Amino acid sequence: MAKITYHGVGIKALSACVPRDVVYNKDLGYLIPEEEIEKTINNIGIEQRRIAAPDVMASDLCFKAAQQLMADNDIEPDSIDVLLFMSQTPDYRIPATSCLLQHRLGLSRDTMCFDISLGCSGYLFALSAAFAYASMEGVRRVLLLDGETFSKIVNRHDKVDWPLYGDAGTATLVEKGDYGDSTFILNTDGSGENALKIHAGMRNPITPESCIEREQEDGNIRSDLEVYMDGMDVFNFAISKVPKSVKQLLKETDRTIEDVDYLVFHQANRFMMDFFVKKLKISPDRVPYCIHKYGNTSSASVPLTISSELTGCLNGEKTLLMSGFGAGLSWGSAILSMKDCKVSPVIEY
Amino acid sequence: MSLEQFIDYFADLLEETDPDTIMATTRFKDLEEWSSLVALSVIAMIDEEYDVEFRGDDIRGSNTIEDLYNIVKSRVE
Repeated sequence: MAKITYHGVGIKALSACVPRDVVYNKDLGYLIPEEEIEKTINNIGIEQRRIAAPDVMASDLCFKAAQQLMADNDIEPDSIDVLLFMSQTPDYRIPATSCLLQHRLGLSRDTMCFDISLGCSGYLFALSAAFAYASMEGVRRVLLLDGETFSKIVNRHDKVDWPLYGDAGTATLVEKGDYGDSTFILNTDGSGENALKIHAGMRNPITPESCIEREQEDGNIRSDLEVYMDGMDVFNFAISKVPKSVKQLLKETDRTIEDVDYLVFHQANRFMMDFFVKKLKISPDRVPYCIHKYGNTSSASVPLTISSELTGCLNGEKTLLMSGFGAGLSWGSAILSMKDCKVSPVIEY
Repeated sequence: MSLEQFIDYFADLLEETDPDTIMATTRFKDLEEWSSLVALSVIAMIDEEYDVEFRGDDIRGSNTIEDLYNIVKSRVE
């Protein structure tokens, strides 16, 4: 178990950007029988999602979110010492997208940049890295850009995945300041590697064959370059790990669920989050949701939910709990001491 | 734990199926209402009521409700 506590660092500001194109799940008649569509929408809680145009990447959404954050908070580009880009849909395999973003955002050449690759749990791990660098001597500010465009790696004829995923980019500014303690508990279980996977890569080299769409289990269609998810295994993983992770974090930090102002879950699906709320006995009005508007945006979903639902709610001192879980398998929770966090509302690309 | 209780929990998850038609020998995947989302609610029910982890392969490898019950029972003990 990695249990990490940071002192005197926190989230100063946060922003998010989504594509302007809306896709409605009520229009999924080609994929799901008409009589089941409404029930499916109610269960997963996703009415609509934002899908990036073919020429819009996660980095573009993050770039715009970062510009907004810097404008709203008068952040000078050369005050940022570290830029992290967390995504599994980067622009290229080489070079790292964070390098491109350093140049586009006009950050100094003294900026340390690198990419982080994780699934839906990614924001928790990347935020912990941002807190770690911000804690170090010589670093004033860390800009964490977390964005995903799963629409580019999910087949439109995959009824497990396509109704769920949406695209988004976010920016989080972490810096030193008069903040209380923040604690992260981060976990990994690589024995579950097959629950969520894109088969083709280096171990299974990409060939013309990999691009062919084939009928897979239960009539789902996908190529080896697209995401496969065993929905039942991922669900079992999440319901058995996430409530325990949150309870453990509360116990380790001598807090109760009553001390938490807001609990932000990775927006996987509504059914699952409702299960967590019930299991943790937290009042639902402290659990913000944006899944009905944006779907599951993978690791971007935690900061997107904050930008969408908590604008103006994080003034003064607040205790924010967040929890993420996904491919790897990988999961984590964090309890953050927030102070006057400036949350910019969601903008469109 | 009892099989009867397990059948009741299972029947409670269904909205459109008459609970009286749900029996130990019911082949649950043949129920008109069966779907991947009902499968998730079965996994959630087993976690909540029995604190047992139930995987996709457990559901795929079972045919009747009694098959599900037997897997749960073997993990509770």
